[in-house]
Amino acid sequence: MSSPPFSAIRSLKRTGHVLLLAAFVAFLAFPFYWMAITTFKSTKDLIDTTHNPFLLGAPPTLDNLRVLFFQTDFGRWILNTVEVGVLVTLITLVLAVPAGYALARLSGRWGHRLGIAIFLTYLIPPTILFIPFSRIVADLGLQDSLWSLVLVYPSFTVPFCTWLMMGFFKSIPRDIEEAAMIDGLSRFRAFIKVVVPVSSAGMLTVVIFTLTLVMQEFVYALTFITTSAHYTVSVGVPTFLVRGDVYFWGSLMGACLIVSIPVAIVYNLFVDRFVAGFTVGAVK
Amino acid sequence: MATVETRALTKHFDSGNAVDGIDLAVREGEFLVLVGPSGCGKTTLLRMLAGLETPSSGDVLIGGRVVTWLPPRKRDIAMVFQSYALYPHLSVYGNIAFPLQSAGVPRKEVAGKVRNAAAMFGIDRLLSRKPRQLSGGERQRVALARAVVRAPVVFLLDEPLSNLDAKLRTSARDELQQFQRRLGTTTVYVTHDQVEAMGLGDRIAVLDHGRIHQLGAPRDVYHDPADTFVATFIGSPPMNLLEENDVLSGVRPEQLLPPAAFDQGDATVPFPFTVNRIEYLGADRLVYGTLEAPHPPTKVISRLPSTIALPIETGRRYDFAVRERDLKFFDRETGRRMARGT
Amino acid sequence: MSVADSAHQPNPLPASGERAQSRHARASSHRRIHPFDDESWLGRILLAPAVIYIVALVGFPFFLAIFYSVSDATVGSTTLHFVGLRNYERILHDPTFWRSLRNAIVFTVVSQAFVVVLGKILAMALYADFPGKWAVRFLILLPWVAPISLGSIGWLWIFDPVYSVINWSGRALHLFGPGFWPIWLGQPDLAMASIVMVDVWRLLPLATVIILAGMSSIPQDIHDAAAVDGAGFWRHLFRINLPLIMPIMLVALLFGIVFTFTDLIVVYVLTRGGPFDSTQVIASYAYFTGVQGGDLATGAAISLFLFPVLVVAAIVFLTIAKRSEVT
Repeated sequence: MSSPPFSAIRSLKRTGHVLLLAAFVAFLAFPFYWMAITTFKSTKDLIDTTHNPFLLGAPPTLDNLRVLFFQTDFGRWILNTVEVGVLVTLITLVLAVPAGYALARLSGRWGHRLGIAIFLTYLIPPTILFIPFSRIVADLGLQDSLWSLVLVYPSFTVPFCTWLMMGFFKSIPRDIEEAAMIDGLSRFRAFIKVVVPVSSAGMLTVVIFTLTLVMQEFVYALTFITTSAHYTVSVGVPTFLVRGDVYFWGSLMGACLIVSIPVAIVYNLFVDRFVAGFTVGAVK
Repeated sequence: MATVETRALTKHFDSGNAVDGIDLAVREGEFLVLVGPSGCGKTTLLRMLAGLETPSSGDVLIGGRVVTWLPPRKRDIAMVFQSYALYPHLSVYGNIAFPLQSAGVPRKEVAGKVRNAAAMFGIDRLLSRKPRQLSGGERQRVALARAVVRAPVVFLLDEPLSNLDAKLRTSARDELQQFQRRLGTTTVYVTHDQVEAMGLGDRIAVLDHGRIHQLGAPRDVYHDPADTFVATFIGSPPMNLLEENDVLSGVRPEQLLPPAAFDQGDATVPFPFTVNRIEYLGADRLVYGTLEAPHPPTKVISRLPSTIALPIETGRRYDFAVRERDLKFFDRETGRRMARGT
Repeated sequence: MSVADSAHQPNPLPASGERAQSRHARASSHRRIHPFDDESWLGRILLAPAVIYIVALVGFPFFLAIFYSVSDATVGSTTLHFVGLRNYERILHDPTFWRSLRNAIVFTVVSQAFVVVLGKILAMALYADFPGKWAVRFLILLPWVAPISLGSIGWLWIFDPVYSVINWSGRALHLFGPGFWPIWLGQPDLAMASIVMVDVWRLLPLATVIILAGMSSIPQDIHDAAAVDGAGFWRHLFRINLPLIMPIMLVALLFGIVFTFTDLIVVYVLTRGGPFDSTQVIASYAYFTGVQGGDLATGAAISLFLFPVLVVAAIVFLTIAKRSEVT
């Protein structure tokens, strides 16, 4: 058999490929490595500029994390975030799932247009709405309360989740519902008893994304909340913990790491769905 | 002289050998059809000829030179895909011109060649349209025009007719064969449809599980099948196979007839059977039945042309027969064809 | 009328003797339909809560913002007076506003240009399969999935005036001379560059993933055909690959533009708009004026300058969505 061409070219290509990827990964992931190292660095190691900052010059320590959890409201903030997350997720599910179904199945032309219109609400971002909201929230007596967030957050979770569920329902064949209706169920009951269980994966996606959206939200929380005990994690950390004080960076980085990594792990499992939802308008 | 040749060509996947040591020599100007059921390796073989798959071992030769490790663009071939693979963002003109531009043909020449190729297939009015504005048949012609425009040494065609309506398919088949005869370019054609294969090929190669079971002209493959696979794959309805006396006998449905249909001088073997079902197809009748003694009770099919007007009823027994020389024998273990008689 | 007759528009089963909902019947024969079967009625019911919520929580505040912008509203005021376009006039004479607008545009254009090009390169590098791809993808997505404020804080530490790891490395590799110690967030130009860098860092993963999805949607046949037709690497890239993923690259670009232009968080965390308001963007300036400064009216007016860009983005997006039928 004849032999393959000069394989040095191939290994050169492969090396180039690896180097390119390494460069990108270094740029994108380095801050998290930096967070991790700083979290476990003892303070004297941190402030000693003769030490190589990429490594641990002194033995690693959990002091920073201890300070974070016991001397700040960080634990409280995490609880607040979870509370808000759960409530907003429930509201979003109740609103977005039926709406997604309606858009996928029961609409004519006006339904399609309405779908696009819902998506377009993203063009009125929180950074326009937060000003009037600050007043609305105050007038409703919800100033500095987590309930203000529970009320307002669905305004950006519902549109996207409706869009997601619409795409998801469209991919379920109509046959299942039609079979159920022949068997005697009304359309609504067919929806509840047949379609909803089958689309549990889609709803899980909605749950995950709503939770991550809640966890990331910053502008509204910054505007509505003022006292430390009521902060969510995303706002509490930058406003309350950033003091430019060198002794505090370890705890600060720990806070960032602890929140980022679990979100990242969960998000990764659903990234394909997320992108599909994003691009469903342009890539049919 | 062979324009396309493979030597011990093998392609190995985790699930086994898709192509298993194939030696093939395609004659110059010939229309060779690779036919077989899905998964038999015919498309993999074609893709290795094209350079879209690298073989695990073995060699590919085109025009006498070894091209096994050359990329497709260095092989002087053209290919038509099952989906036509037209570039959606280019017009028909752009699609046909693309291979010429890639080869660096000067712009003035490109226009002329594109128009000639388009005219050959009757699509010169469509040059400014985009693929999505064309019908299936028109898209197929664009794909053919694109293949023809560079005057390659070999055409490789991967089931180009299977996406057409049945009606369109027969006329497309006719045109395809005519255009190949006119150009005289060596063509390798892949299909799973044995009727298409028989109709188009100068020679056909019957493949299964990565191996060629038989390579020959349609008449030879039909009347002298090399084994039971070829015998039952080619021909519709398939050949009747009977297991008796430790041997497999085969007889084609159109050879199982009422005795009156045969000449007096021909030696025949009786094959009585009881009719289960009759299909009236217009030009033929297909009679489904079960053989009676002395044969084992096997299901058989007989094809009666409309010229035989004998009335047939379900449930009744008829004394059909087969000419002795029409019987084929196959080894029971290997399936290979044997000389007559035990 | 049997259900089997219609493949895609199943007719609801007629109920026995329920009250008629005749308004929304599609065909004249469907007069007596149970509410749970009437499709258009059911559709509106299912859709209504979401639509009402969105209209109430997006539409209403939006118009309120417009109303505030032509009033004298402040955080503490109990009365509201209409003042015409006075707020807008004041803004247009405010140099800081123009600085914010300029910054928002510059940050967006520069960062997204990088994002689109780098995203395409990274997507091409990630297109083929290789061992460890899942891990690489996880690492690459980190900037996007981690909460923005927290990722930005990471960069705050990286840009620290005393302990910046960039400076340390520069010194250690002898790239920085003895007098050269950039204060990344302290000097206006460097601060702007830093913000652009964090914007790129944050959006590159999203763009890459979107572009990858676009690349996967090109049928393999097209690549094969181009290979057989003789296209080399560059011709394939510019004549086949890029044109076919152009719609999706535009989508990625559009989202990036919207996210960056309206962004408050990166600027807030890194510089608070400083030094001396030199890195303010529209969103952050609106925040400092309206919420921290209490002047709701002016804040609203400033933030509304985000809207025109978003409308243009919407129009472009819809045009792409309509024109994208290439197959």
